Amino acid sequence: MSVADFTGLFLAWLARLITGAQGHWKGCPPTAEQRIYFANHQSHFDWVLIWAALPRELRARTRPIAARDYWTSSPLKSWLTAAVFNAIYVSRTRTTPDEDPLEPLVEALEAGDSLVIFPEGTRSSKGEPQAFKAGLYHLAEQFPQVELIPTWIDNVQRVMPKGEVVPVPILCTVTFGEPLRRVPGEDKREFLARARAAVMAQRPMQQERNGTETAR
Amino acid sequence: MSSLRQMSASEQIGLLFLILFGLLILITLGGLLYSLKAGERSQAAEDNWRQFRRDLNATWAGSCLFWVAWVSGALGATLLFGVLSFLALREFITLMQTRRADHRSLILAFFCILPLQYILVGTRHFDIFSVLIPVYGFLAIPVASALADDPQRFLERNAKIQWGIMVCVYGLSHAPALLLLDFKGYEGRGAFLLFFLVLVVGIAQIVQEVASRSLRRRPVARRISRSFSLRAWVGGLLAAALTGTLLYWITPFKAGQALVMAVVAAGSGTMGGLVMKALKRDAGVVYWGNRSSITGAVGLLDRIAVLCFAAPVFFHSVRWYFKNNL
Repeated sequence: MSVADFTGLFLAWLARLITGAQGHWKGCPPTAEQRIYFANHQSHFDWVLIWAALPRELRARTRPIAARDYWTSSPLKSWLTAAVFNAIYVSRTRTTPDEDPLEPLVEALEAGDSLVIFPEGTRSSKGEPQAFKAGLYHLAEQFPQVELIPTWIDNVQRVMPKGEVVPVPILCTVTFGEPLRRVPGEDKREFLARARAAVMAQRPMQQERNGTETAR
Repeated sequence: MSSLRQMSASEQIGLLFLILFGLLILITLGGLLYSLKAGERSQAAEDNWRQFRRDLNATWAGSCLFWVAWVSGALGATLLFGVLSFLALREFITLMQTRRADHRSLILAFFCILPLQYILVGTRHFDIFSVLIPVYGFLAIPVASALADDPQRFLERNAKIQWGIMVCVYGLSHAPALLLLDFKGYEGRGAFLLFFLVLVVGIAQIVQEVASRSLRRRPVARRISRSFSLRAWVGGLLAAALTGTLLYWITPFKAGQALVMAVVAAGSGTMGGLVMKALKRDAGVVYWGNRSSITGAVGLLDRIAVLCFAAPVFFHSVRWYFKNNL
């Protein structure tokens, strides 16, 4: 086993120790289908959580997206993203006007890999996800055979709020929903709204907590 | 009984585990035979059967843990209960609403106070061990919280964290303390005390559960627990007293004293169970874990909460007893 593999296993174990990282496969079984998992984004920890919730044999072919400028800025960061997580680098700034930022993602999908993307583009701390960016729509257009899995990560904002470094042990769940249907002739805005609603529909039920707790 | 008393500590402990696992194997075999028996069973019988199997599995897990804790000595026992504490506190905090500003206090609780408490147990510093959380932790948590500069619900948030630490860390750490505390004239037999405690509390709880089902008395606190009635509670205590008296030969106590100790332990344990139920109602859940909708917890806290309350009371009673009698 290489150091990178070992680090990967260790990180998954750590995520499980701290958060439980329970995967709930509500709408689809954890199979080796080619998929795009799209999830809400609240913390740097999100990716590790989804990754730890996946069965081990799916992890190697499921890849995250990393911003090139940030994640290649130090040897450790680039080793972590490239060797351990096999991440796909994207540039946040375009060097030429007609460069397609989705290009690396398209390549990975053509190679048969699954992706995890956070369509909000940035971390939100408001509880509800922000409006989705268009990337998901374009990928869905180009790869109609790839399953789109709405995913909700619950509680992770409590584990590591923005600006903190040390995670607090709190149980989190990752809920995987039913693959998003393709509706022929749907325009971009409708599709993205529907995708966002599908992600939010995976939120765990809160009816057992009493009203004031939910409101807070 | 006197021949049993004259055996060496390790022989007695060997015998204890032999009896424990022998009984468990017999019960499991009985259950296996019952499940092989064909025939229609009613819904209620099916539910009871499932409940029985869950409890039996938990008992197996508990007994194996107990054995591992004993075999691995001071370090192993401390580590084992430390991990249990960690998992229990994780479950507790998950269901309490915390705010961003609690982050530092929680880090302090999980990564400073918890390990420190268990290091103190492992190194047998029992004087500082029994005051670390009630005195120093009591002050440290609100200080960390105040420094986070968020006055909203300050008292409530701190109270919740303090409570979680008291139950999940302070309470539970008294279990390995029982294993490690060397009383004069009773060296190396701490396992018996822990065994005595767990068995007595377990029996009280089971008898109380069964009694509340068959007696159908009016519940004392209907909105907290529909099954907790005084009569069932007293039944549980009586069963615990009987078990404790029968087991007096493994303890340093005389028969009468064993009875009192059993009642003290069982009383605090079962009452602690009721308190835990109230807490769960407040948080709006029925179980601590095992519900896919909120968390993926295994419901560990449900299992050990009773021990968390019984262990400190029992520990300090035993300590007090030894100070006065030997």
